[in-house]
Amino acid sequence: MKVVLQNLTKIFPNRNKKIKTGVTAVSNFTYEIPDGKLIGLLGPSGCGKSTTLYMISGLEKPTDGKIFFGEDDVTELSPENRGVGLVFQNYALYPHMTVKQNILFPLQNLKGAEKLSKNEMLKRTVEAAKLVQLDELLDRKPSELSGGQQQRVAIARALVKMPRVLLLDEPLSNLDARLRLQTREEIRRIQRETGITTIFVTHDQEEAMSISDEIVVMKTGTVQQTGAPQTVYDDPVNLFVAKFLGTPPINVFAGRISGGNVMIGDDAIFAVDGEEDREIWVGIRPEGFIPDINGKLGCELQSIEVMGRDISVVSKNEASVNPVIRSIIGSDVTVPNSGTVRFRLKPYKVFLFEKNTENRIRTELKPL
Amino acid sequence: MVYGKQQWKAWLYLLPALILLAVFTVWPIINTLRMAFLNDYGLMSELGGVKFDIGIENFLKVMQYSKFKNCLLNTMLLTVLTVPISTFLALLISVCLNSIKFLNRFLQTVYFLPYVTNSIAIGMVFAAMFNIVGNIVNPDLSNPSNIIVTKGIINNLIEFFGGKPIVWLNAGSTYAANIAVMVTYIVWNALPFKILVLLGGLQSVNKQYYDAAKIDGTSKARIFGRITVPLLSPMIAYVVITGFIGGFKEYSSIVGVFGESMGPVGDDGRLNTIVGFIYKALESDSQGRASAAALILFVIIFVVTMINLYVSKKRVHY
Repeated sequence: MKVVLQNLTKIFPNRNKKIKTGVTAVSNFTYEIPDGKLIGLLGPSGCGKSTTLYMISGLEKPTDGKIFFGEDDVTELSPENRGVGLVFQNYALYPHMTVKQNILFPLQNLKGAEKLSKNEMLKRTVEAAKLVQLDELLDRKPSELSGGQQQRVAIARALVKMPRVLLLDEPLSNLDARLRLQTREEIRRIQRETGITTIFVTHDQEEAMSISDEIVVMKTGTVQQTGAPQTVYDDPVNLFVAKFLGTPPINVFAGRISGGNVMIGDDAIFAVDGEEDREIWVGIRPEGFIPDINGKLGCELQSIEVMGRDISVVSKNEASVNPVIRSIIGSDVTVPNSGTVRFRLKPYKVFLFEKNTENRIRTELKPL
Repeated sequence: MVYGKQQWKAWLYLLPALILLAVFTVWPIINTLRMAFLNDYGLMSELGGVKFDIGIENFLKVMQYSKFKNCLLNTMLLTVLTVPISTFLALLISVCLNSIKFLNRFLQTVYFLPYVTNSIAIGMVFAAMFNIVGNIVNPDLSNPSNIIVTKGIINNLIEFFGGKPIVWLNAGSTYAANIAVMVTYIVWNALPFKILVLLGGLQSVNKQYYDAAKIDGTSKARIFGRITVPLLSPMIAYVVITGFIGGFKEYSSIVGVFGESMGPVGDDGRLNTIVGFIYKALESDSQGRASAAALILFVIIFVVTMINLYVSKKRVHY
């Protein structure tokens, strides 16, 4: 089931009732989610990603815009008539019910033609439990389960009525690091097996990049960029997206274009054609640095952190916006122990942005 | 833990509380036991130098006393009627209060007001509402030769809706009418505390349970029965248990409505309760019997609370 969002807007009334203008949580969100894909809504807290999810679920009413499931306009439908499964951040498992009762609960609500026989309900419950590998724990109460297991019960409960769309609100944020890694693989597997169009919300870019077919990066209610994770990472449309994706984060420098050269401090790093002289931001991905005595960019070496597979060179530059510059380099490369280290830069890892709008300057970077 | 030489300091700080507890709690309990098991004990007689035999005569006398049986019956009837009614009403009201936004705070205050009002004062207002003022020697209210000043607000209301006025608590009133007044009053008086506890419980319930239920298309009735009530079960159990304990100690409410005669004119003590019985026994220098009745009350409350706890263990979740 594809999901189409058309000019979706949500404005909350202002807490201070004297102020008539509301708080815009989501503004003019237009996007088509292809059938059977796993989509990550990504952004910092307060960017409107959860609100978007709740609007798709029907728990929040959009102020403006439309939502379609396939060809059906569901904008005015109440949650139960949309056929969505929602997994809450805190799972919201009913604490007084066993795992089985929790998974069974949505089925018992079905009425009329959808009503199932007791045996059918039990069969579906066991199937859903098997899918999330919980069929041995059906008689436990949620308090007797680990965080990861509770999470899987929540997914089973959302899946058991075979929703048209599965929605996950920060599904991994309550899990520890190891479990998070496992569970995200699990979510990926379950989504593949069921083929249900799945939308999940996260503020963790690594999480979103690792399992999503497509990501939607949001900031203060507006969509910044959509696309396959690698595409968005390799080709950010603005400084925010560039900064939000990637660990360690992109290194940003206050630079300028001067006489056809891109300058950081006194170092000219690339040549550009047809660009006016002006102040700009220069973003360089950590993996874009190559130590080279003849490299164009000089930085003061601070320390070298060995991480086994590769090394992280920590250095300083007066033009850098980040307190330190982090570059990731293969461990077979030798770097001087102190003083100035010079880098050659991979042009496809360097992005230029306008000073004011922070939008990407799309121009070819030529080596000097 | 405080060790060795420092321990006396801890005891020193505890001492004032311990002394008060010993004088006003521990000793009275021991003394109650002592008085209950001394046959025909009376304080005045003891001060007069009378010696008492140890025995269970106080208990036997209390049990055989027809007035005590009457008190026991009244107490049980009022408790059994008021606890379920007030708990159910409190649950309904608190769920409603929790679901409205407009006037929410104001209504919470209104519902809480009876709690901070003196129960004797409330009782007098209730008595005024049900009281018939005028010549009611002959309780035939339809006879115009009876000079009636007022039949009370409740009777006015009944007449307004076309019903026949009832003698609620004056001379000639029925036992059922008396109990109906008392149940109304006690329920009304018990509501604020129960609403407070249940509303507190409701407000601490995670809203996401309701969102999850909404997504799954759960009906309102099912949300109430399968989610709200189970999640509130610890609070409901608390309210029921304290309600039973309070019910068995009922006394001041009846004084509030009927005065110290504990019944309508001409039928003194018809609505007397166990605590009322104990009070009267104390007044007539029969501390032995009063103590015995108090111990019987204690045993009843203890047993009922144990049953409550046993049931709630099966019914209260997590």
